Amino acid sequence: MTALRNVWAIVEKEWRHYFGSPIAYVALMVWTLLFGIFFYFAFSLFLRQSMMAAQQMEFGGGPKMSLNEWLIRPVMHNMAVVALFLAPMLTMRLFAEEKRQGTIELLATAPITDLQIVVGKFLAAVGLYGLMILAGLLNLALIWHYASTPPEWKPVLTGALALLLFGSCFLALGVFVSTLTRNQIVAGILSFCLFLGVWTLGWADDPSAGPLMRALAYLGVTTHMEDMVKGVVDLKDVVFYLSFIAFGLFLAHESVQSQRWRA
Amino acid sequence: MIEVENLTKRYGRTTAVDGISFRVQKGEILGFLGPNGAGKTTTMRILTCYLPPTEGTARVAGYDVFQAPLEVKRRVGYIPETPPLYPDMDVDGFLDFCAKIKGVPSASRKAKIDEAVEKTRIGDVRRKLIGQLSKGYRQRVGLAQAILANPDVLILDEPTAGLDPKQIIETRELIKSLGGDHTIVLSTHILPEVSMTCGRVVIINKGKVVAEDTPENLTRRLRGAGALRVDVRGEAASAAAEAVRSVPGVLSVRARAESPEGTTLEVEAEAGRDVRAEIARAVVSRGLDLLALQQVGMSLEEIFLHLTTTDTAHAEAPPPPPPASQEVTA
Repeated sequence: MTALRNVWAIVEKEWRHYFGSPIAYVALMVWTLLFGIFFYFAFSLFLRQSMMAAQQMEFGGGPKMSLNEWLIRPVMHNMAVVALFLAPMLTMRLFAEEKRQGTIELLATAPITDLQIVVGKFLAAVGLYGLMILAGLLNLALIWHYASTPPEWKPVLTGALALLLFGSCFLALGVFVSTLTRNQIVAGILSFCLFLGVWTLGWADDPSAGPLMRALAYLGVTTHMEDMVKGVVDLKDVVFYLSFIAFGLFLAHESVQSQRWRA
Repeated sequence: MIEVENLTKRYGRTTAVDGISFRVQKGEILGFLGPNGAGKTTTMRILTCYLPPTEGTARVAGYDVFQAPLEVKRRVGYIPETPPLYPDMDVDGFLDFCAKIKGVPSASRKAKIDEAVEKTRIGDVRRKLIGQLSKGYRQRVGLAQAILANPDVLILDEPTAGLDPKQIIETRELIKSLGGDHTIVLSTHILPEVSMTCGRVVIINKGKVVAEDTPENLTRRLRGAGALRVDVRGEAASAAAEAVRSVPGVLSVRARAESPEGTTLEVEAEAGRDVRAEIARAVVSRGLDLLALQQVGMSLEEIFLHLTTTDTAHAEAPPPPPPASQEVTA
């Protein structure tokens, strides 16, 4: 009970920082703006394609185009790239700023555990990121309003879940990187490089590659998104993401603790 | 309330705190005195569970800082040297957050915040952003944060650093008023502060305890070269000086002031030798009128200078930063 209350106190405080500074607004604005732009282009493309498909239909052929497959899925994939850029913005100051201001001493001497601090900060970032995803999804609501045959809502939900889990992996790693330095810019740049590295691991996903490459590819955070965005929630992917997050938070926790010993 | 035994903290090869031991009773105000870099902050950080000790133990209210840090943290209010504040929060928001992480139950939270605000007199800035506050107010917000959860023990690291004289006096009054209910350890390199606020002093230099006593006792103990003030009637300054100088054990005599009433002599005697009776006899036997004979205590400043300068003279280390005279008089 007290543990939850402590975590919640940290979450609340971080949200106050996010919304008391431009960070939250800039992140929300960039995210929704890019979501809108990608949505617009994907939609135009979809219209052209479906027009062509309709012409082919007259000649008795051509597939029926699914909104889920042709519109929502590409947008979700694009937004994953945006998450790659925005995640460092959400996490870079979490610990670095506390260390620079000396307020880490306030947290460290209060009767709360390091784990509660780490988890609280992580959840605050996830909360803001979740809000960004929700704000982006408003674009999709337009489709339901105008489409004659609305798309399936379940894949949209799993797609949002995929984005959330995928981004949370970055956020967990970002929390860890932020514990390493007292300079938020350094934390931001390091996080971005690390995220990019984890991202590119997925490119090694090639059936003809050796076992080592396959193993590396498996660690790539993008590899596990594919099915979920399609609407298939595979337990192994969820477990992968959750363990990735747990690992990131574990590193952050160990880092916070070890700094006390070295300080 | 606080028991520190043989506490040692090493950072790599440098030893910041070197086997210090002391105890603080409940309700006591203990002054922790030493030059910059003496190990005061490190000791306080260990007591507040911010740093683990390398060796030795420290217990607060019976709980070991290493074994039961959460229990210790629940009972300790702490202000580091620079008060840890979030500049983008307002005072109320900040204190609310502090109350939450200190586990103040929500029912009494508002009352506790009001109480701390009133005690530290920051009522008129409650809605202001901390970043816009003056140094004095920030220090007080830091103090409000420390006393918020009504802790048994208060640990204050240089609570008056950077304040103007009026604020310093106010802060000292506040600290004194908090003694009794709270056990207080305060560190400082400003000497008058100790004699004004503390019941007991631990002087620490280079990580070691050099002396520990009440301010008065320290003064008495360290009367290494005991000083006396001798008032003699008449203008026979040289005769009086002559008389006093003839007493065995007197090291030096200086005529300090001559007034129509008489002469004041400043006498320095050997350590541990009481020469008052002999001086009185010598003066009177020469037919001079002895008006007053008084033992002059060394001020803590002198003790402090004494302690630190003699230590370095022996160690042949580079001299310590001299206790800045400006700060001493602040």
